[in-house]
Amino acid sequence: MSVNSFEHRHSAHCESGVMSSMLRHYGLDISEPMVFGLSSALTFAYLPFIKMGGMPLVAYRSMPKSIIKNIQKNLNVKMKLETFSKKEKGQARLDELLEEGKIVGAQTSVYWLPYFPDEMRFHFNAHNLLVYGKEGDNYHVSDPVFENPVVCDQASLSKARFVKGALAPKGLLYYPTDVPKEIDLKPIIKKSIKKTAKSMLGTPVPIAGLKGMKYLAKSISKLKSKDKRYAKLYLGHIVRMQEEIGTGGAGFRYLYASFLQEASTIYDNDQTLKEAADMFLEVGDNFRDFALMIAKSIKSKEPIDYKKISEKLTSIADQETKVYEKLLEFTGK
Amino acid sequence: MDIKSVPQDDSSTYANNKKAIYAKDENGEVKVVGSSGWEAEETVTKQALEDLEDSAKEAYCEVKKGLKSPLYYHMFAVRMDLQVLADSTGFFKWTIKRDFDPKRYENINENRLAVYAEAMGRTIEELKKLEELDYECK
Repeated sequence: MSVNSFEHRHSAHCESGVMSSMLRHYGLDISEPMVFGLSSALTFAYLPFIKMGGMPLVAYRSMPKSIIKNIQKNLNVKMKLETFSKKEKGQARLDELLEEGKIVGAQTSVYWLPYFPDEMRFHFNAHNLLVYGKEGDNYHVSDPVFENPVVCDQASLSKARFVKGALAPKGLLYYPTDVPKEIDLKPIIKKSIKKTAKSMLGTPVPIAGLKGMKYLAKSISKLKSKDKRYAKLYLGHIVRMQEEIGTGGAGFRYLYASFLQEASTIYDNDQTLKEAADMFLEVGDNFRDFALMIAKSIKSKEPIDYKKISEKLTSIADQETKVYEKLLEFTGK
Repeated sequence: MDIKSVPQDDSSTYANNKKAIYAKDENGEVKVVGSSGWEAEETVTKQALEDLEDSAKEAYCEVKKGLKSPLYYHMFAVRMDLQVLADSTGFFKWTIKRDFDPKRYENINENRLAVYAEAMGRTIEELKKLEELDYECK
């Protein structure tokens, strides 16, 4: 029986939330937006040839584990990542780490976590949470997307950690072994902003970055020749990928805006960063308008104005282009 | 978005939980606020859930009519499709499709059924049968 002292914080995204809470616990006070920004987690990809539940993959987030890995690299934090071939071993190892007084990050499926509302339980295998204690058959869990800490029984957590399939967690556990106490954030901020701006603006392939967003917009305008039920599901799917648990169009833009504000403070109130933060807040608002526009047309009996929806997304991509250009003024090209 | 405009729509899909949203306070500083729900998001979540439920109901009726094995219904009932079931069992899709045949399914080997049971979180006994739903098939 071991419950380690730990302060839970409510976060917008699971992986950045876990990393922020974990580093703070181990002595490096770093906010969720800072973790998100410094790991260049803002991204976009539209992969029409990869299907999920019959729908093309629209990714508003970086690959699972990329935040952990980028933070490790950029902040010089030493992390230990462990995966397991057997469920029993993975469970025993988690208990052992908790006994040692550690708090531990884990990758899980969403579907098998009993504390998730039934309406949110989908087969998504790259969720992240923190385990900070065990009492009897129950784990104490800090799930960053929940307002308060939760409790999860042993059998369910193990099941969630050992699901097979796309993005299978393989029982992944992670925790830092060495955390620097003081870091000069300035050069890391500059480098990661540049990386985000360049990859959103300049990806050579048309499916990623802002080009990918425009490509997605184009696919929306083509929906009018498709079956209406499919078209509505497709539009709903885009919004779900954008606004549901932990993945975000608007949510991520607000998160990134917060990162830029913090970065501006670190750079003695740099005005360019401040302006870029405000611009991102506006882009976020437009993503929400886009989501609302789609939600309304799904509910309505009227014919859907695909052109209008498509043009909205194109205009967001154009607006966001200007923000990255502004950021490149700060970082230099 | 201003903190004041963060939607508090008490969405049923949130089941009394709150989601963290970053929004601007009166001094222009971006902070975390809890949102009790947003109608637009609720619409698309419910749409996806209804689609999954419709698939389960259609499957239920096909099993009732003896066209498909109970496994076919259970797959949709646990919000899976053929791809997810194949991924989570490690079975090839074509071999799973074979198990959708009611005749073949009657003679399915217990080990194979145990793999399905583990992946779908149901008991072997449950997988063999079709539960009674309060639903009228056309």
